[in-house]
Formats: sequence, structure tokens, C-alpha cells
Amino acid sequence: MMPSYQPLTREQMAWRAAQDLPEGAFVNLGIGIPTLTASYVPADREVIFHSENGVLGLGPKPKPGEQDENLIDAGKNYTTLITGGCYVHHADAFLMIRGGHLDVSLLGAFEVSETGDIANWTTDDPAFPPGVGGAMDLAAGAKEVRVLMEHTSKSGAPRILRHCSLPLTAAGVVKRIYTNLAVLDVTPAGLVVLEMVPGMTLQMLQSMTEPALTAAASLRSLQPPTARAA
Amino acid sequence: MIDKRVKTLGEAVAGVKDGATVLVAGFGAVGVADHLLEALHDQGARDLTIVANNAGNGDVGLARLINSGRVSKVICSYPRSGDYSAFLNAYRSKSLELELVPQGTISERMRCAAAGLGGFFSPVSAGTQLADGKETREIDGRLHVFEKPLKGDIALLKADKADRWGNLTYLKSARNFNPVMAMAADLSVVEVNSIVALGALDPEAVATPSIFIDRVVVVGANA
Repeated sequence: MMPSYQPLTREQMAWRAAQDLPEGAFVNLGIGIPTLTASYVPADREVIFHSENGVLGLGPKPKPGEQDENLIDAGKNYTTLITGGCYVHHADAFLMIRGGHLDVSLLGAFEVSETGDIANWTTDDPAFPPGVGGAMDLAAGAKEVRVLMEHTSKSGAPRILRHCSLPLTAAGVVKRIYTNLAVLDVTPAGLVVLEMVPGMTLQMLQSMTEPALTAAASLRSLQPPTARAA
Repeated sequence: MIDKRVKTLGEAVAGVKDGATVLVAGFGAVGVADHLLEALHDQGARDLTIVANNAGNGDVGLARLINSGRVSKVICSYPRSGDYSAFLNAYRSKSLELELVPQGTISERMRCAAAGLGGFFSPVSAGTQLADGKETREIDGRLHVFEKPLKGDIALLKADKADRWGNLTYLKSARNFNPVMAMAADLSVVEVNSIVALGALDPEAVATPSIFIDRVVVVGANA
């Protein structure tokens, strides 16, 4: 009988990624699951979030009635500025991204390869124009690029591949992958599994992952709090 | 006496020629010179190349220019934002050309033009479709792509306050592309919420210095 396991929710995935953001880090959160990460940074840690549209020190969502029409985030939702935050113009916002000034860029992705290639900007649908936004800047520029994504597609196909099938956003940049099943590092020796959800075996995880996996000597159970808030 | 104020939106966009390259500031709906875009529609110039982050929303401003068949090319990073039906229809009917550029590359290409430089090598987009046909060079072991400067004939800008010289301050994230576009056009035109006396703006708070601005027009409640 197959052992049973429970995949992480989107909130739990965001919680896990947040635990790795170090004190004092400047971090850009991509659109999607990465955006949720801001809510789960441990309370005793100061992490400064950067938004590509020129906000350094992005705060939580504004309370109803307190939205400022001139203050939005990269997803064009209303946001706030934390105490100590400031505004910069676009060329400086992207200088920060491209010039290695951000400690971590946390991105969503369609696919990641075993050598750290990332595909997250286009599905190549001919019916729609492509849009790249800041995806290529964010994938190329940060000191460390990490990905947050579901381990497999809705149909169960692996999204961690030997080679990405979709057009690349950047080649060889991803260092760590957080999925709803595991935490993996991209290393010169291949993909190393650091953590897996309870009930998951390396063999089962391998069956949902195209490239070969090896278990870290320190392989641990991935157990976020079940409650929503960290 | 230097006085860059103009009384009407029509004066603000006067002289834009057919085939002009127009830098349109803003990110989403924030920091966009909606009034100047409407004035450009009324002004009548055709065959425009638009440089913007997004490609218009609904049927106002940039979207209205596209719907009226006045735009032949859009250089942007993310056309699929908000209600982009105007762009989508023109794109599908092939009446409009899209040059898709990573967001930071757009702003840096304009900064490069503003700074009088002939281009730059960037690691962004190296090894991707968006680098197809571009010159590449390996620098310190990393592949870089050559990007050319991008200059506008006119920039349409939105700021909060101006003085008669054209010093500008902005509100929060409405700053976005405005300062870099202000520097990168032959003619930089700004719509502002109010004009204040020369000397009233804190010199430490001026985000766009007057040297880059040619025309100022007040819009909204103080117009």
C-alpha cells in the first residue's frame, strides 16, 4: 500500500520560504504564491521587501478605506509603505534588481531545470501577446534566486525537468526550489532534497520529478504550522 | 524670466509629428499622464511609436490612441495588464507591431539615451528568445546582451507639483518611469496637480530637475 501524504497549501509553501529569509535581507517577491510570503516572516526579523515599481519597504495590504491611489505593488494592487521605507524611480528600482543588490528574489515558475534554468514568462500561446514585465530582470539579477511552485502540473506532469520545455526566463540561476511536497537545492552535483512532507518517500518524489534526486544527509520532515498565521 | 507653464493641454502637446516616438510614463494606472494622452489624441499625430510599461487600459489614454489607429508600434514589457482589449485587437489584426523588452531594460535603455551613451551590455535576457538577433559578449564569464539606447521625441509625464522652471516632485509610487522618461526625450511635457512658487519646492525633494522639462500644464482641481 502506498503511504499517504498531504501536500502543503499555498500559505504553507509561503510560510516555508519565509523561514529562510535572513534578518536584514532585501527581498523581491514575485507575483503569485511568493507574494504571500510577506505575511509569514518571523516577527522578530526585519526583512525589507522591494517592489519593481519603485517601492523599497513594501508593507501589508491597506485597511479598507485607507487605500492610496498612488501606492501600488508590482501586481498593481494597493499596498502600504513601512516605516523607514522610501520611493525610487524605475531605473533605480531595476538597478537594485539587476545589480545584485537584492539578497533574494523569490519567483513563481512554470518549470525549473536541474541546472537551475527557469521558465516563468510565457506559455507561448499564439492567441495572446507575450508579456515579460520584470521576470527576466528578477531572474538574472538577485544574489540568490529561489522558486516557489507546485511540484507538478494540474495533470500531474513534473515541472522540475532535465530541460525546460517552455521558453527560458534565465539560464542556470535558481538555487533553491520550494514546492508543495519538498524543498530542493540545485547543486553542481544535481538536485538535492532537503525536506519532504510527512509520508513522502524519495522514491515517490522521484516519480514526480524528471531529473535524478539525491537525499541530503540532513534530510528532514517538512512540517509547517497547520494554522494559517505564523 | 523662465516660464515653462502653458495654459492648455493643446499647447502642451503641440508640434508632435507623424511617426514620432512617444514616451508614456506610468505603471498600471499610476503615474500616467491621462490628460496629455487625450490631448495627443485630439492633436492628431499618426504612425506613433509608443514606449510604455503597459499597453493601455479600457478605451482611454493610450488605449484610445490604439483604438483610433494612431499607433503603429508599441515598445513595452507587459501588454497584458488590466483591460488591454485595444492592444489585443490591434495585435491580432497585425495593425500594430510589438517590441517586447524586459522592464529594467526599457528603463535602462532610456537612461542610457539620457546619459549620452551608445548602449550597454546586460545579462538580462541572455540565452532567451528576447535576445534573438542581438549582439552578445561574455564578460567575466557571464553572457551579456547588447542593448541600444532608446530616445523619445516627446515624453508625456505625470507629477504632483511643479514650479515655473519645471522642477518636479512626485507622489509615492506614481514616480515610477517619470524621472527616467523626463531625461530621455527631446521634448518633455508634464501634467501636474499644482504649480507652486519658485523656491517653494524643497530642493532636497526635487526628483526631476528643471533642466529636463520643457512644458508644464496644470490638470484637475487646480487647472
